[in-house]
Amino acid sequence: MPGPGPHSLGRPGPKPKNPGKMFKRIMGYVMKDYAVHYIIVIVCIILSVLCSLQGTLFLKELIDEYINPFILEGGEFNSGPLAHAIARVAVFYAIGVIASFVQQRLMIVVTQGTMQSMRNDLFEKMEKLPIRYFDTHTHGDIMSIYTNDIDTMRQMISMSIPQCFNSAITIVSVLTSMIVLSPWMTLVTIVMVFVMLGCTGFAAKNSGKHFVRQQKQLGTVNGYIEEMITGQKVIKVFCHEEAGMEKFGELNDELFDAASKANTYANALGPINAQLGNLSYVLCAITGGLLAINHIVTVGSVASFLTLNKSFNMPISQVAQQFNSIIMAMAGAERIFSLMDETPEVDEGYVNLVNVKKGQGGNLEETPERTGMWAWKHYHKASDTTEYKPLQGNVVFDGVDFGYTDDKMVLHDIRLEAKPGQKIAFVGSTGAGKTTITNLINRFYDIQDGKIRYDGINVNKIAKADLRRSLGMVLQETCLFTGTIADNIRFGKLDATDEEVVAAAKLANADEFISKLPEGYDTMLTGNGASLSQGQRQLLAIARAAIADPPVLILDEATSSIDTRTERIVQEGMDKLMHGRTSFVIAHRLSTVRNADCIMVLEQGRIVESGTHDQLINLKGRYYTLYTGNSIA
Amino acid sequence: MNRRVLREVREYKIYAILTPLCMILEVAMEMVVPYLMASIIDEGVYKGNMNHIVKIGLYMVIAAVIGFIGGILGGRYGALASTGLARNLRKSMYENIQTFSFSNIDRFSASSLVTRLTTDVTNVQNAFQMTLRMAMRAPASLVVAMAMAFYINARIARIYLIAVILLGIVIFAIIFSATRIFREAFPKYDALNESVQENVSAIRVVKSYVRETEQIGQFQRASRAIYDIFVKAEKKVALNGPVMQLTVYSCILLISWIGAQMISVEELTTGELMSLLAYCMNILMSLMMLSMIFVMLTMSAASGERIAEVLDEETDLKNPADPVMEVKDGSVVFENVSFAYNFDKGGKPVLENINLDIKSGETIGIMGATGSSKSTLVSLISRLYDVNEGSVRVGGIDVRDYDLETLRNAVSVVLQKNQLFSGTILDNLRWGKKDATEEECRKACRMACADEFISKMTDGYNTYIEQGGTNVSGGQKQRLCIARALLKSPRILILDDSTSAVDTATDARIRKAFRTEIPGVTKFIIAQRISSIQDADRIIVLDNGHIDGIGTHEELLKTNEIYREVYESQTGGSGDFDETEVD
Repeated sequence: MPGPGPHSLGRPGPKPKNPGKMFKRIMGYVMKDYAVHYIIVIVCIILSVLCSLQGTLFLKELIDEYINPFILEGGEFNSGPLAHAIARVAVFYAIGVIASFVQQRLMIVVTQGTMQSMRNDLFEKMEKLPIRYFDTHTHGDIMSIYTNDIDTMRQMISMSIPQCFNSAITIVSVLTSMIVLSPWMTLVTIVMVFVMLGCTGFAAKNSGKHFVRQQKQLGTVNGYIEEMITGQKVIKVFCHEEAGMEKFGELNDELFDAASKANTYANALGPINAQLGNLSYVLCAITGGLLAINHIVTVGSVASFLTLNKSFNMPISQVAQQFNSIIMAMAGAERIFSLMDETPEVDEGYVNLVNVKKGQGGNLEETPERTGMWAWKHYHKASDTTEYKPLQGNVVFDGVDFGYTDDKMVLHDIRLEAKPGQKIAFVGSTGAGKTTITNLINRFYDIQDGKIRYDGINVNKIAKADLRRSLGMVLQETCLFTGTIADNIRFGKLDATDEEVVAAAKLANADEFISKLPEGYDTMLTGNGASLSQGQRQLLAIARAAIADPPVLILDEATSSIDTRTERIVQEGMDKLMHGRTSFVIAHRLSTVRNADCIMVLEQGRIVESGTHDQLINLKGRYYTLYTGNSIA
Repeated sequence: MNRRVLREVREYKIYAILTPLCMILEVAMEMVVPYLMASIIDEGVYKGNMNHIVKIGLYMVIAAVIGFIGGILGGRYGALASTGLARNLRKSMYENIQTFSFSNIDRFSASSLVTRLTTDVTNVQNAFQMTLRMAMRAPASLVVAMAMAFYINARIARIYLIAVILLGIVIFAIIFSATRIFREAFPKYDALNESVQENVSAIRVVKSYVRETEQIGQFQRASRAIYDIFVKAEKKVALNGPVMQLTVYSCILLISWIGAQMISVEELTTGELMSLLAYCMNILMSLMMLSMIFVMLTMSAASGERIAEVLDEETDLKNPADPVMEVKDGSVVFENVSFAYNFDKGGKPVLENINLDIKSGETIGIMGATGSSKSTLVSLISRLYDVNEGSVRVGGIDVRDYDLETLRNAVSVVLQKNQLFSGTILDNLRWGKKDATEEECRKACRMACADEFISKMTDGYNTYIEQGGTNVSGGQKQRLCIARALLKSPRILILDDSTSAVDTATDARIRKAFRTEIPGVTKFIIAQRISSIQDADRIIVLDNGHIDGIGTHEELLKTNEIYREVYESQTGGSGDFDETEVD
């Protein structure tokens, strides 16, 4: 593939740079479609926290009002009021259960819905990005946004956010109850919480550090495996297995080291919190005991407080355990939003392609029906007139300069004209700029200097969709889509009838092999048409272009060695397709260049020679060298 | 979990055993704590016995420290055991892949091997760690808490038992039906990813046909399908939480009611009541944990199976018991050779009844249409595949009797789908000969006409080749690959369509160098271009796995129709106009 190769522009590391902003954007997404859901969820969380708190406080009531009077003062146990109290708590509990059920149900819709709309937005955005984006990002990186990064969102939205929210409410409400019950014991609890936070912070920081290292190592190992496995056959014929295993062993050990450390620290979070929680409990019990003995608080309060102490420590350790997934989600969000923030392909073109018919006096008139006659509808602002120019397929390059980056031009001062129906062939070595030129006609890239005119109109003024619709493309690397063969041909014209599909296949010489398939045109293709041969795939690509019936064609002949017979069939298909159309061909075949109306010999981004085959042969220059295979220099 | 996978724990087995033990220690301490708490309240707070509170408090601190040590060590060992297993799995898979024959490699695609080595291993690692840390902990905690509950008060403990059984049945029913839906969901998820993949690689087609809107519509339908099925599955799972809460709350209320009455007749103390409530939480949480482990195990089962497949794959090419360690000369004999890919699964033969006798030093051209088995024919020489019938002899000895490495060092193949690796040009060349001096490398490169472009590069032989060789052109890559093969100083050199991107003039020079520099080496040249093979000593014309003709260029022109047809088509104006390199 010519042009700039895909560079991995260093995926932003797993560590997010601006977590606050990312969080806001994620929430923005959630609230966009699910504001009502989310508010109900919040209400449910508050309800269920308060209800379970009621339950905890009930313990104090149970001990102080129903059990203690009996133990301390003796007397008859009265079950009536207790039954009443239990019934009341049961109502609270019931509300709590219902609230948590509603919350869980809604959260699923919110999470899956947000993921769905993120995916859809990502895809929609991706389809609108300029080709340049795909040049500079590896396919693996783009795919990983849809899989790994979206997955981190799911964890974040469905678990981390509600968990943190739940924890915050629990902490506030429990803290209030604790202060009411006993300020002194509260003080002890809070001091212990700070100790806990300190220790957790230490472990979390270390595990975070090693997780980052682990992700990086994982990337290295993945890269190595990918390279070695794709080259496995080469390794075999060179007996290079040993050396490969040695290197792999080293990388693998480093990954193991990072992973085991990261997990060790992450695993430590649980025990640290649990045992410090126990310590906090003991200290509270001692304080409570002292207070109860001195009759500052009741025994029931101490009992209740000790339960509250547990409920207070729980949310803190839960938040700590969410720490790593939050970090990972933020890093994922950064990549998701960085794709969404990419500038889409801009299209300020205002000249449109419309169906026309001959009106009275030979004037072209716009019509909504499909007449098969097309014209450019060009509105001139200065004179407030609309001009209809028939679509002919005349393409002119006028002093075009182009570079993938501004500091390095790859095409210099390209001048050429293709008259309607003419065939222009580009020849030259790899990297000379042949493919690049064809990518400028359909505006996959915008030029730095000069002008490209299509039927006399600057291509910058033509709406991109209309421009591309008028250009057919058959690329060297044939890309087919999952679907039937008919679907794939119809890709060129969505409303094509079955007859049109067959006609296009016949024109492209594809009908012969298709009708030999057991399921004919309904044969399902998967994995880029893996079940077909290279030549057959190419025939389908030609049929796809044929059905679109464009006035201008851009063809990239295959360099790979398909055998001579198939080759000839493909060639015939291409020739039939090119008949009567302006064609730009990146040529590798003698026959193509011989029949060309004009051959452009490219070298390092410049047209060094141009003319017909005979003219160039007589010139005895670069073309002559290429053609005869004899270096005369 | 998959036994085959677990066997790979090896040196980390000790950690795998220690982890649950440590976790049990942690659980034990966790269970003692509520009991001690009860004592603090009953004996300490109620009786105003400060000494007792401090004493039991001290016990609790000790329990906490032991629990802490157990927890930390359990975490450490769990991490070591699971990441160690992952390390061994990657290593064993990688090493086993290295023994794979070509037919083994064909069976797994490269991308599926990569997924198995990465994503699948990570899944297994996580599931294994979870299992080690929780699988023992949860049941242990369940049993111990239950025992403690019975010890404190058997009557109340019976309530737990009933609750556990009921909850257990409900949770597992939920999980079971949910995993069924999840299993349906994964293929849909794959389809969605494939659609993204297709659009990324075919973005130029999509854009040039202005099909963005339709593709977006299609994607959204797939995306919607995923939403539907996941919501359906997760709605079931979401029942877990409320059901669990319902059970816990019912237990608390029941115990409070019964407990208070029991305290009134002095069958129970307040402290005991409180510890019973604490055990209640423990028991039900453990049950919840168990159900989560169950989910993780089912989800990782598929990954385990996929890993085991790679580990269990046995290479179908093995070294003979008493291998021949030297290849005498470059003669090659095919005797009644037939070959089919996947022969044991009834694959159709792609080569039938091939007989050839090639003398050492001969240059053999091979041509034929795609699918006529040219590459297959030559790959039998270096025993990349084994024949089904007949025999292939190199230097007079059956290839199956050689030591594989000896044979492959003597037979140098430049594959059709060739590859360079990230590293300098020298690094790549030295694949052919580990200790080759720079002069040797230069010499090989001069023969392959690669020296001319390498020396023009700023870093010369130290130029860094990017992964996949993206920074050299097709023709340059092919010439480097030829040089790499030459460095092996082979007895037999096989070029499988290796000069297709090299211009005819350079191609001719390379062949000339072969003639003058390595005349003793037997050369096989597969090409589509007649000019690449027409000066060979003999040319084999293959058609559909049969030899259609064999002879010199002139002979074949007279006698062989296929050959003549191809020749005429190439000289008659529809031949190649291949790219020349700008060096």
